[in-house]
Amino acid sequence: MRGFGRELSRVWSAVPKASFVRYLTMRTVVDPPVSLSLVSFTEEPYPSFKNILLLDSEGKRVAVKYYADDWPTQAAKLAFEKSVFTKTQKTNARTEAEIAMFDGYIVVYKFIQDLHFFVTGGDNENELILSTVLQGFFDAVGLILRNNVDKRTALENLDLILLCLDEIIDGGIILETEASVIAGKTTSDSLDGMSSLSEQTISQALATAREHLARSLLK
Amino acid sequence: MAQPLVKKDDDQEDEEYSPFLGIEKGAVLQEARVFNDPQLDARRCSQVITKLLYLLNQGETFTKVEATEVFFAVTKLFQSKDTGLRRMVYLMIKEISPSADEVIIVTSSLMKDMNSKTDMYRANAIRVLCRITDGTLLTQIERYLKQAIVDKNPVVASAALVSGIHLLQTNPEIVKRWTNEVQEAIQSRAALVQFHALALLHQIRQSDRLAVSKLVTSLTKGSVRSPLAQCLLIRYTSQVIRDSSMNSQTGERPLSDYLEACLRHKADMVIVEAARAITEFSGVTSRELTPAITVLQLFLSSSKPVLRFAAVRTLNKVAMTHPLAVTNCNIDMESLISDQNRSIATLAITTLLKTGNESSVDRLMKQISNFMSDIADEFKIVVVDAIRSLCLKFPLKHRSLMNFLSNILREEGGFEYKKAIIDSIVILIRDIPEAKETGLFQLCEFIEDCEFTYLSTQVLHFLGNEGPKTSDPSKYIRYIYNRVILENATVRAAAVSTLAKFGSIVESLKPRIFVLLRRCLFDSDDEVRDRATLYLNTLGWDGSVGEIDKGVKEFLFGALDVPLVNLEASLRSYEPSEEPFDLSAVPKEVKSQPLTEKKAPSKKPPSFGVSANGPTSPIDAYEKLLSSIPEFSSFGQLFKSSAPVELTEAETEYAVNVVKHIFSGHIVFQYNCTNTIPEQLLENVVVIVDASDAEEFAEVTSKPLKTLPYDSPGQTFVAFKKPDGLPSTGRFSNLLKFIVKEVDPATGEAEEEGVEDEYQLEDLEVVAADYMLRVSVLNFKNAWESMGPDYERIDEYGLGVRESLAEAVTAVINILGMQPCEGTDVVPNNARSHTCLLSGVFIGNVKVLVRLSFGIDGPKQVAMKLAVRSEDEAISDAIHEIVANG
Repeated sequence: MRGFGRELSRVWSAVPKASFVRYLTMRTVVDPPVSLSLVSFTEEPYPSFKNILLLDSEGKRVAVKYYADDWPTQAAKLAFEKSVFTKTQKTNARTEAEIAMFDGYIVVYKFIQDLHFFVTGGDNENELILSTVLQGFFDAVGLILRNNVDKRTALENLDLILLCLDEIIDGGIILETEASVIAGKTTSDSLDGMSSLSEQTISQALATAREHLARSLLK
Repeated sequence: MAQPLVKKDDDQEDEEYSPFLGIEKGAVLQEARVFNDPQLDARRCSQVITKLLYLLNQGETFTKVEATEVFFAVTKLFQSKDTGLRRMVYLMIKEISPSADEVIIVTSSLMKDMNSKTDMYRANAIRVLCRITDGTLLTQIERYLKQAIVDKNPVVASAALVSGIHLLQTNPEIVKRWTNEVQEAIQSRAALVQFHALALLHQIRQSDRLAVSKLVTSLTKGSVRSPLAQCLLIRYTSQVIRDSSMNSQTGERPLSDYLEACLRHKADMVIVEAARAITEFSGVTSRELTPAITVLQLFLSSSKPVLRFAAVRTLNKVAMTHPLAVTNCNIDMESLISDQNRSIATLAITTLLKTGNESSVDRLMKQISNFMSDIADEFKIVVVDAIRSLCLKFPLKHRSLMNFLSNILREEGGFEYKKAIIDSIVILIRDIPEAKETGLFQLCEFIEDCEFTYLSTQVLHFLGNEGPKTSDPSKYIRYIYNRVILENATVRAAAVSTLAKFGSIVESLKPRIFVLLRRCLFDSDDEVRDRATLYLNTLGWDGSVGEIDKGVKEFLFGALDVPLVNLEASLRSYEPSEEPFDLSAVPKEVKSQPLTEKKAPSKKPPSFGVSANGPTSPIDAYEKLLSSIPEFSSFGQLFKSSAPVELTEAETEYAVNVVKHIFSGHIVFQYNCTNTIPEQLLENVVVIVDASDAEEFAEVTSKPLKTLPYDSPGQTFVAFKKPDGLPSTGRFSNLLKFIVKEVDPATGEAEEEGVEDEYQLEDLEVVAADYMLRVSVLNFKNAWESMGPDYERIDEYGLGVRESLAEAVTAVINILGMQPCEGTDVVPNNARSHTCLLSGVFIGNVKVLVRLSFGIDGPKQVAMKLAVRSEDEAISDAIHEIVANG
């Protein structure tokens, strides 16, 4: 605390406890705006991810995966999800992935139907890498659910969604970003994994190749 | 009882439908018994695992017993050959994270999978095993992992490499043995294998700078394919650049060509990564910045929000250190103020506030006002801070900026946000005199409806200091007295003190203040009543004291110019007696304890919201002290007081330091003496100064110290006359003379008779820096340009061999005694050249600006170019003389 004259030394002792506690909690809750902190952008030795969230249109969990200890308790995780959801709810993230920054994290997100996809990284992370992962997750889910992407289908195929998450990030490190490869690795539910995997990969690779081409043309 | 997982009832189309409707932990755990069936139903088992994972994902927790049970049941499923089920089993094991003794159960199954022919099994078994394993097991499987790293299937190789990155945290010595394999993997054709291998290899070698440098140098020659790996390489490259020093001949950084080439990469992520790396070079030049800024500028108008965000965030950061480099982007930046994405809009605003010029302020403020209401508090604080610095930069614009601040002050907001606004207003009031009245009025309005006790008391205290000095103090009284009626005890007490300050300073208001204070005597709170009583009596409401006793007034309302430590010590030693406690007897000098403490402005509590560059308070205290001595009162305005200079070694019998007080035509030495011998009492302490080496000085008067008891600092002064307004220098030798009286340690009584004695002190020098006041300028470039080149003097100096550039810079700053601006006193590590900006006011109130360019070459020879601009030719020359003689 910077000094505020003699007045304050007296006042501090006289401040009612409740307001002091309120002050303290405010100190902890309100993080300094990170956008302007002087940390170097490139501090992390490799891109690392805090979490991936798939929420429904009310902010409830469909599938989530946390990779960092930033939210040690279940309550903290839920609070973060709630804050992410409410802060992004009104934005239009249906055509292009959107981005937001709060509480010292960068969140990239994209919505489709009643599903909200989020990828969270530290505040010094390269946003484009975060969005590459988001796009990979988003497209892979589209492939897995055969473009029938909504909450109900996602829950009906939750096993595949969870496997998909598992194939994208391992312990915070990118494992794979190519949607067709991710989807190929997860949808091997037939008896012989390998044959169907390669078959699907080829057909799906073509599909995504077309999509990628379209995207790059639109850019 | 278990409902089928995938229920395809088309008639049940209601929105709340979920395959997990009504799911319950107990029931699912029951269902898990199917894992033990002799004839496994793979599909059913998969469904049950999915349900378990669903529960965990929703935040359900399993007890230790439940987890163990599930784990053991799941291990049975390794019997099944179904790949889909096996994948779920892997997931489940990772999710449960079994304890060390349980791990053994699955180890053999997983090791079998690690050597399976199915790539998918191999990859996943590696990831699971590495996740749950400990060091001892790791040595057993190390051989397989090394093989896996160079596996021809990229999925397997990546799995092993990523696991290696994780394991490096816990078992570095094992992972470090894999270097050869990892190096081989870097050459892989698969994009992600290369990425993972590079990350792992760098992690293994991170403590070995040379190895990292070699790695980076070889890879930048172009064998890295994937954009992700390219990003890694850029990070490692900038690390190498940071660690290595810049080539002083050409000013080139090694590897910077590579980074610049990356700006033309086809992947956006690589471009952003490279542009950031370049903008973060320490001491980046505008030539280096330009290409990076150009690509970022293109991104500002991208259709992708992520790309716009990345660009504006980077430019925002650049604007903090190199605002001019970003001004080219201002037009693109302005269109971003209306960006749908509020994060982007905020960053654009704050960037513009940093780069904008005076003419654009009003337009900017208008645009900001529209958007303030729909951003979060934390962004608002950023905007408020930016506006404050803008206002300090363009004081003429204070009206519109202050208006803006007061508007947002009225809106809803949390404590931190309000505090940021209040702090800003206070700083503006302090630094821009024209803004004072409106600012104070805004503060009054604010406390009328302020929910934060802390802020109310601060504002009240500040009002008490500033309000009475305004043209019409009476208009503030209403606001202050309203606090006494409406607020809690803490605020009421603060309001009483503020009222009393008005009463003591503004004579005409006194009767009315008495009326108000008398009402406070019936307050329900002790503190409020006590304060009211105290103030009424000291201000003499009953007419008993005609003229307010100056000491009382000083004590109550002036700054407490006694160090609190000394006051505390004196109060402790005070014994209740007829004689009242005498505050003036409390030593004013801070005890010669650690030097750093002495410099702390403990003499006076810093005033409200003083920022680091605010006027340092010891000067005020000195000024007060000196003006109280009649002999010195004719010397005029105190120009500068130096930091104390020690004239004795530490731990000697008598500790003496000296403060040099510079007046226009005089100089006063204040000798702070401490007697450290308990058995002695010193009397008639004087310092005999021999000024034969200081021809321009002539002693005019001195003020001896009557008594100097043990461990209680006292001061003696010697004053000299010197040529008016000139920076005369000289050397003075000092001799401490005094009468010693023995003190009986038992009684504390001093003997009648004393002996005359003397004590040689070290010499004292008055140097040119003593005539230089450290005064910072807000915008050096503007100040420099407005000063003009008329009285500019430029010369070059060799500084000889120096330990480092930083040391040379510090030395020159100390010789000149000027204020470093814009943080240029900090020399980046390993920098080969540095420019330092200094400002100050020289005696005679002449503004001086200095631009120092330093360079260091191989054998640590430092050269310096000194450019001085000032308002007086003679002073510019004098600065050069100082350096030449220094």
